[in-house]
Amino acid sequence: MERLSAFRSYWLVWLLLSPQLLLVGVFFFWPAVQALVQSFQQQDAFGASVTWVGLENFWALWRDTSYLGSVQITFIFASLVTGSSLFCGLLLAIFTERVAFGSKFYQAVLLVPYAIAPVVSGVLWTFMFATPNGVISHWLATIGLNWNHLLSGRDAMILTVTAAAWKQTPYNFVFFLAGLHAIPKSLIEASEMDGAGPWRRFWTIQLPLLTPTAFFLLVINIVYSFFETFAVIDATTQGGPGRDTSTLVYRAYFDGFQGMDFGSSAAQSVVLMAMVIALTVIQFKFLEKKVIY
Amino acid sequence: MAKKNFLVEAFSHCILICGVLIVVFPLYLALVASSHTPQELAQIPVPIWFGDQIWNNYAAAMSGNNDVSFPGSAARMLWITFVIAIIITFGKITVSLLSAFALVFFQFRFQKVCFGTIFVTLMLPVEVRIGPTYQVVANLHLINTFAGLSIPLIASATATFLFRQFFLTIPKELIEAARMDGVGPMRFFWDILLPLSKTSIAAIFLIQFVFGWNQYLWPLIVATNENMYPITVGLRRMFGGTDSPAQWNVVMATAILATIPPTIVVLMMQKWFVKGLVDIEK
Repeated sequence: MERLSAFRSYWLVWLLLSPQLLLVGVFFFWPAVQALVQSFQQQDAFGASVTWVGLENFWALWRDTSYLGSVQITFIFASLVTGSSLFCGLLLAIFTERVAFGSKFYQAVLLVPYAIAPVVSGVLWTFMFATPNGVISHWLATIGLNWNHLLSGRDAMILTVTAAAWKQTPYNFVFFLAGLHAIPKSLIEASEMDGAGPWRRFWTIQLPLLTPTAFFLLVINIVYSFFETFAVIDATTQGGPGRDTSTLVYRAYFDGFQGMDFGSSAAQSVVLMAMVIALTVIQFKFLEKKVIY
Repeated sequence: MAKKNFLVEAFSHCILICGVLIVVFPLYLALVASSHTPQELAQIPVPIWFGDQIWNNYAAAMSGNNDVSFPGSAARMLWITFVIAIIITFGKITVSLLSAFALVFFQFRFQKVCFGTIFVTLMLPVEVRIGPTYQVVANLHLINTFAGLSIPLIASATATFLFRQFFLTIPKELIEAARMDGVGPMRFFWDILLPLSKTSIAAIFLIQFVFGWNQYLWPLIVATNENMYPITVGLRRMFGGTDSPAQWNVVMATAILATIPPTIVVLMMQKWFVKGLVDIEK
């Protein structure tokens, strides 16, 4: 059955799709398959000899308590970054949307960290928290708190989370703002006529209508904090002290490119890919729901 | 009632001003630091008002004539970053427009398979498959080339997904009318679809430019030659490790230089950004 609402073609469609399929094939499926293959192999440091080791690389990860520690660190880090940047983004979006004047100004300024590279964010916050002469660490010292992210794992975690969330909040802010703009004005006016105050309006109208956006952002933020915060960590703590801020992606890089353990690094990549695919499936499930609404 | 509204308004401004301060303060400190000598920055605490070394520090950063741990010329690194960002932005927009067009407006065999093949890459940033992708790029002899630095980053389907979401909001009647008038697919693409997509293209331009400009991990492993360092990697090398004392004045000047271009793009295009996102969200 031919639908009138779609073009048909035997070759044009493949011509249109070919650049994307080629790129995805070469830079996505080929490496993904290679990672799978290598995760079952062991290679010496010079790549001269390769032996099949079955699931040994995965078992090694499973037995390695420091890898399991990294899993735990990644989850702590991701929930702190996701939670705080979603909360701040929503808070700022709600107030930017509701102020009578100045909202254009606030929007412009609050968007700025979106443009800033994660590595720059890391450098900026490291400077403020530097021991002993950073502005914030000095200020903390005057009220009796000794800050040292080179020695204290907790301080290091706070520093990386702050730098990562500072960078991520504007992204959530702008999506929430777009979501708020999409809410029909008539709904808000109707609630005002019924005498609902701003607090009530937030809980009964804005928040429920923002849940699709919030779910979408939740997944995006988890992916961001799992995988794209490498630069923040590398610029602030280099995974230290010890391995206290060494997330999974940081380790995959470190073991592969500094430690030259390609088998283990490939196994780590496979574990990471499995995690992301699980997240993507969850997101698609949710997106389909959103279409039905 | 009016008084209550006034209180809510004042409270809102307080929250927003706190937000603005948290955004601006680190950047302000960076600017201040880039105007001092290293000796002045070694004081406890660091000065929070401007010094008189602005010109010297920025000149030193741009030329690379300075004694930081990695003496790279910021001018050269900014150029590398700019080229990478432009290739990624335009490459991604072109590739994604074409494939989203094919996926939404055509009916063909293996459509589901193609859809799945492309979107499985959606959430898989290059960081996750860093080692194997590096090996592919090395096999293709693309280490230390602009192609190697940019093309693998075009492969992900984020922009394709956003264009698809937008195309799905275009009413089916439009394409039916076009087909009844005998308009072919490519004319439909050029004369109808592209003009309608202007706002989405602007939003995606902004997202991809910032994405390309701020790349870090990928160039860190693909640019092994210091001549091919983008500004993010160079900045990190200048700043050294946590154990080496940093030349904060030149480091901060470089950080500011790295921040200016994407910030200008974001500020200039923010109107379309929000509007484009509203379009995509619908």
